[in-house]
Amino acid sequence: MNLLSGLLVDPAPVLVAVPAASAVLLALVPSYRVGAFLNVAACGLTFALALLLLGAPRIQGPFLIVDDLNIVFVVLNTFVAFTTAWFSAGYIAHELETGRLTPLNLRFYHAMYQVLLGAMTLALLSNNLGVMWVAIEVATLTTVLMVGLYRTEAAIEAAWKYFMLGSVGIALALFGTILVYMVAQPVVGEGTDGMIWSVLMKHAREFDPALLNVAFVFLLLGYGTKVGLAPLHAWLPDAHSEGPTPISAVLSGLLLNVALFAVLRFKSLLAAHPGTLAPGPLMMAMGLGSLLLAGFMLYRRRDIKRLFAYSSIEHMGIIAFAFGLGGPLANFAGLLHMTMHSLTKSAIFFAVGHACQVKGTQELAKIRGLTTSHPLLGWSLVAGVVAIAGLPPAGVFMSEFLVVTSAFAARPWLALILVLGLLIAFGALMVKLSAIAFGEPSPGTDPVKASYVPMGVHLALVFAAGLYLPPELVAWFRHVAAVLG
Amino acid sequence: MDRTLEIAHGTPLDAALSASLVFDVAHLFAGALVLISFLMLYQDRLYALLKVFALQAVVLSLSVGWQALAQDAPHLYVTAAIALVFKAVVIPLALARMVARLGIHRQVETVVSIGPTMLAGIALVALSLVVMLKATAAVGGAADALAREDLAFALSVVLLGLLMMVTRRNAVSQVIGFMSLENGLILAATGAKGMPLVVEISVAFSVLIALIVIGIFLFRIRERFDTVDVDALDRFRGGRA
Repeated sequence: MNLLSGLLVDPAPVLVAVPAASAVLLALVPSYRVGAFLNVAACGLTFALALLLLGAPRIQGPFLIVDDLNIVFVVLNTFVAFTTAWFSAGYIAHELETGRLTPLNLRFYHAMYQVLLGAMTLALLSNNLGVMWVAIEVATLTTVLMVGLYRTEAAIEAAWKYFMLGSVGIALALFGTILVYMVAQPVVGEGTDGMIWSVLMKHAREFDPALLNVAFVFLLLGYGTKVGLAPLHAWLPDAHSEGPTPISAVLSGLLLNVALFAVLRFKSLLAAHPGTLAPGPLMMAMGLGSLLLAGFMLYRRRDIKRLFAYSSIEHMGIIAFAFGLGGPLANFAGLLHMTMHSLTKSAIFFAVGHACQVKGTQELAKIRGLTTSHPLLGWSLVAGVVAIAGLPPAGVFMSEFLVVTSAFAARPWLALILVLGLLIAFGALMVKLSAIAFGEPSPGTDPVKASYVPMGVHLALVFAAGLYLPPELVAWFRHVAAVLG
Repeated sequence: MDRTLEIAHGTPLDAALSASLVFDVAHLFAGALVLISFLMLYQDRLYALLKVFALQAVVLSLSVGWQALAQDAPHLYVTAAIALVFKAVVIPLALARMVARLGIHRQVETVVSIGPTMLAGIALVALSLVVMLKATAAVGGAADALAREDLAFALSVVLLGLLMMVTRRNAVSQVIGFMSLENGLILAATGAKGMPLVVEISVAFSVLIALIVIGIFLFRIRERFDTVDVDALDRFRGGRA
C-alpha cells in the first residue's frame, strides 16, 4: 500500500527502472516467444506508469524533473514503444521463419529494445543536462547496434554511417553542454547546480548572452543531427531502410522526438533571456531546408522504407519550422504535428513491414497492387499515406493547416516556401502510393499472419484527432505552447 | 603592515608566481594538444598516425592531471588515468594490431591533399580563437582567462578532429579523427571549473570508442569489402541513395 501510494506521488524513477530491469531479464531469457511476450508486457507496464504521470504532482528533484512539457513526450513515447513492441512480436516471428535472424539475435534485440526505451525515458525525464546527454548517447548506441542487426553489407554500411554522424552530433552537443555550464558557473556557482535544468531556468536572465548563443549553435547542430535536419540528415535514410522495420518505426516515431525535445529545452532557455539571439530563424532555416530537400528526394526513391525515411526528414523539418516560428499558435501546431507524425509514421512503418514481408522485397518496383492482393493491409497503407501527405480529415492535415496559417500570419514569404515544400512532397507521395496500392498485384500473395491491431489503433487515433480533439488535450498543449515561448 | 602579513602567509611574489605557473603550464599543454592535432593532419602512414595520436592522449592526460592538481579536484585523476591507459595505450595497440592484420599500414587515402587541409586547419583555429575569445569576453575577468583560452584551444582541437574525419576515407583514420575530437571535448570539460559528471562523460566516451573499435573488428569490414576504405562502402548504396 505504501509502495502504491509512493508510486502515485512519484512514478518517474520507476518509469526509468522498469525498462532497465526488463533489459537485464530479456537478456537472460533464451526463448524468443517468451522474450517477445515479455517485451510487450514491459512496454505496456511502462506506458501504464507514464499515464500515472498525468495525475502525479510536478516535481523538480536533483535527478528527475516532471513538467508539462516532458509528460507529453513521455506518454507519446511509451505508447508508440508499446504498440511497436506488439507489432514487432509478429514481425520477428516471420524473420525467424525466413532465417534472416537467429534466436540469439532476437535475445539481443529484445534487451536492446528495452535499453533504448529506458534511455529515451531517462533523457526526457532527466533534470541534469549531463545525464540527458549520456542517455541520448546510449539511445544512439543501441539503435546503431540494432540497425546493423542483419549483418548484410548494406546494414553494416548504414550502421557505420549512422555511428560516425551520430557520434559527431553528440560530440558537438557535448561541447554545447559544456559551454552552457560555463555560462551558468559564474552565476549559480561551481558544481552540479550549473547543470540542473530547473536551476538554469530560474537564473536564465542573469546569464551572459554571447556565450549562450554560441552554446545554442553547437546544441542545435549536435542534437539537430539526431533530429535528422538537413544538412546533417545523411544517416537517416540508410538507418531506416537497413534495420528491422520495428526499429525504423521507433527511430522515426520516438528517437527523433527525443532529440527534438533536447533542442526545445535549450530553445526555451534562450527564450527566457531577452538579450540572446533569437533561436527561431536558425531552426526555421534548417526546417525549411529539410522540407524542400526531402520533398525533392522523395521522387527518386526506389526503396519503400527509404521513401518513408525521407518523409520523416520532411516532417521533422516542418516541426522544427513551427517551433522556430514560435508563439503560442505555432508552438501548439508544432506539438500537435509532432504527435500526429509519430502516430502516423509508425503506423505506416507497420504496414510497410507487413508489405515487405509478404512481397519479400523492399523495392518499390516490386510492391504493386497491394489493395488487390491484401485489401486490409493495402487500404490501411493508403489511409496512412493519405494522412501523412496532409489530406483531411486526418490529424496531420489539421496540424499542417495550423503551421501554415501561423506562418502566413507571421512570415508570409516563408509560408510560401513552406506551402511549396508541402505540395512537392504531397505530389511525390501520391505518385508512389498509386503504384504501390493499385494496379496489377506483384507476386507474393500469402496472407499476413501478424496482428493488424497496432496499425489500426494508430490510424484510428490519427483520424479521430482530425475530427475531434478533446478539450483537455487542447488546453494542455496550449499551456505547454505558452511555456515554450 | 600589509607586507608583513603577506610574508607570513607566503609572499605576494610566490602567489603571483604560482598563479602564473598554473596558467602557463595549462596553456602549454592545451597549446601542445592543438599542435599535435596539426601533426596528425599530415601523417600519411597509419602507424605514424597512431603514434601521434598516442602522444596526444599522453599530453591530454598530463593536462587533465595538471587541472586536477590546480583545481584540487581529485576525481579528475580518474579521467587522466583513463586517457593514459585507455587512449594512449590500449586503443592504439588494438588499432595497430588491426591495421597489421588487415595489411593496410601504408594507406591513408585523403580526400583533400595535405596542403589545403593544413590551410583549412589554420583557418579553423583562427575561427575558433576569434569566436571563443569574443563570445567569452564578458564572462570573466582575469581569473577566468585560463578557462576562456582553454575553451578556444579545445574548440580548435574539436574542429581539427572534425576536419580529419572529413578529409580521410579510411575507417581507421576516421576513428582516430573522432578520438582526437573527443580529446578536445575532455580538454574543455576539465577546463570548466567544477564541472560535474566529467568522469562519467569520459567513461561514456570510452565505451563509445571501444564499441566503434569492436565494431570494426566484429563487422570485419575487411572481409566484407576487401578494404576499410569507406568509399567502397558507398558502392552498396547503388541506386537507392
